[in-house]
Amino acid sequence: MTAIDNRSVVLDPEEARRVRQQRLEKIGSWVLPLAIMVLAVWFWDRICVWNDIPKYILPRPGVVVQTLQDDAPLLFSSLLVTLKITFLSLVLAILGGVGLAVLFAQSKWVEMSFFPFAVILQVTPIVAIFPLINIYVDNQTAKLLLCAWIVAFFPILSNTTLGLNSVDRNLRDLFQLNGATRWQELWHLRLPAAMPYFLGGLKIAGGLSLIGAVVAEFVAGTSGQASGLASRIIEAGYRLNAPRLFAALILISLTGIVIFLALSLLSHLILRRWHESALKQEA
Amino acid sequence: MLQKVADRDDSWQRGAAPLLSFKGVGKVFSNGVTALDNVNLAVREGDFVSLLGPSGCGKSTALRLIARLSTPTSGHLEWRKALGDDCVGYVFQEPTLLPWASVFDNVWLPLRLRGVSRLKATSAVMEMLARVHLENFADAVPRELSGGMKMRVSIARAMVTKPRVLLMDEPFAALDEITRFKLNNDLLELWQQERFTAVFVTHSVFESVFLSSRIVVMAAKPGRVFRDMTVDAPYPRDEAFRTSSTYAELCRRTSDELSAAMDAQVEARP
Repeated sequence: MTAIDNRSVVLDPEEARRVRQQRLEKIGSWVLPLAIMVLAVWFWDRICVWNDIPKYILPRPGVVVQTLQDDAPLLFSSLLVTLKITFLSLVLAILGGVGLAVLFAQSKWVEMSFFPFAVILQVTPIVAIFPLINIYVDNQTAKLLLCAWIVAFFPILSNTTLGLNSVDRNLRDLFQLNGATRWQELWHLRLPAAMPYFLGGLKIAGGLSLIGAVVAEFVAGTSGQASGLASRIIEAGYRLNAPRLFAALILISLTGIVIFLALSLLSHLILRRWHESALKQEA
Repeated sequence: MLQKVADRDDSWQRGAAPLLSFKGVGKVFSNGVTALDNVNLAVREGDFVSLLGPSGCGKSTALRLIARLSTPTSGHLEWRKALGDDCVGYVFQEPTLLPWASVFDNVWLPLRLRGVSRLKATSAVMEMLARVHLENFADAVPRELSGGMKMRVSIARAMVTKPRVLLMDEPFAALDEITRFKLNNDLLELWQQERFTAVFVTHSVFESVFLSSRIVVMAAKPGRVFRDMTVDAPYPRDEAFRTSSTYAELCRRTSDELSAAMDAQVEARP
């Protein structure tokens, strides 16, 4: 655990090599992906130039960036619509997932009775369920939300259920010994113990709620004023407006990355003091 | 072998009425294992009783029965009257702390579950932490502590409700010897200050002799009381006692009894 003070400690060749190796790996983990990315974009640009590809088939990266700038008002208002669905469905997934998990944790019988239905809902492709939702639900936003929710809630439910059930036996005995009520055991023991599992599920659900929102919009095929990025992509596809299609795609990817990073940060902040997963590896 | 139980020295029982007694207690698990068979045992107030025996002799089961974490299959446990439900503190083999909670919050937990607010619990918790020499670590989380320190927190947590009986299930088994000696000394100090009754499960002859006023040697298959011995050495016991000839002699005798208990187990096999 003690940090090595390089100024005062004379390192033997083996240790020095290890320190050098670690430093290189640290730099490499940032530089290498960036370098590959730059190289790939450059190669993409060259392919367009060398083969004389028209921009409605494959636009040059510069054109895409230009489109991102020119179409900003349109694209960002669509992004906002997609974000709204994504976050609302994520919030509902958290409420539904954790709520159901807590309900399951109250009794083995409830869990045995209802968990299979959650699995059925999860394994049936959402694209196949959507026509039904389309018939039964009128409100456009509600349709999309329901769709994204079905995709996103399962990892939270399944992980939180696992977490609530994997409490140290002795700790449960300790709570029983001290006359803890069911509610106290849930609040002071089971929920905190389930936190790492829940956060793991949340990371998956964050990405899935974005995918759910986009897929839902694809199948719903909305158009007009209040339409999200998926509609922009369909629209651009019909009009052979490849630069805008790429621009919308990049926005979706970036959103996904930001969601993942934000949830990873949240997880790290909550777990850093006590959970193994958040601890720095010892040399 | 059961006759041997009868010839144990039970002169100590003639004093005060026992705090709790096992009356013909048996425990059979659903897999057919007889963990305890017809156990008769009385624990006097203020005793430091060690349950010593090989694994499978039911010593942990006996502890769980006292803690009411389990109920006997036959016979019953008799408590002296006017003892409340939460007169028992329990120290597990592992520290069993809440990893997300600070040392303070871990020790506060038993009081918190009884509805005592943080503010009202502060003096009791800090006093208990001082007793186990951890008053400067109230804000640390368990993973920042060494194994011995975690065990101290665990003891402080068990003691914070001022239990009449402290039950310990091989609490120091996983610690290195130096730490174990230190914790043995501290535990005895605590016991003499607080005058609680201690029931201590162990498989270490040396530990049981050093700590106990009484050693109950148990045999396995089925789990039963093999010998009930009084440890004839005055308190306070310190490092000098650890190296004394009295201690060596007591250890030898206890060791012989334990060997006899193990032999009884071999004979009992079909």
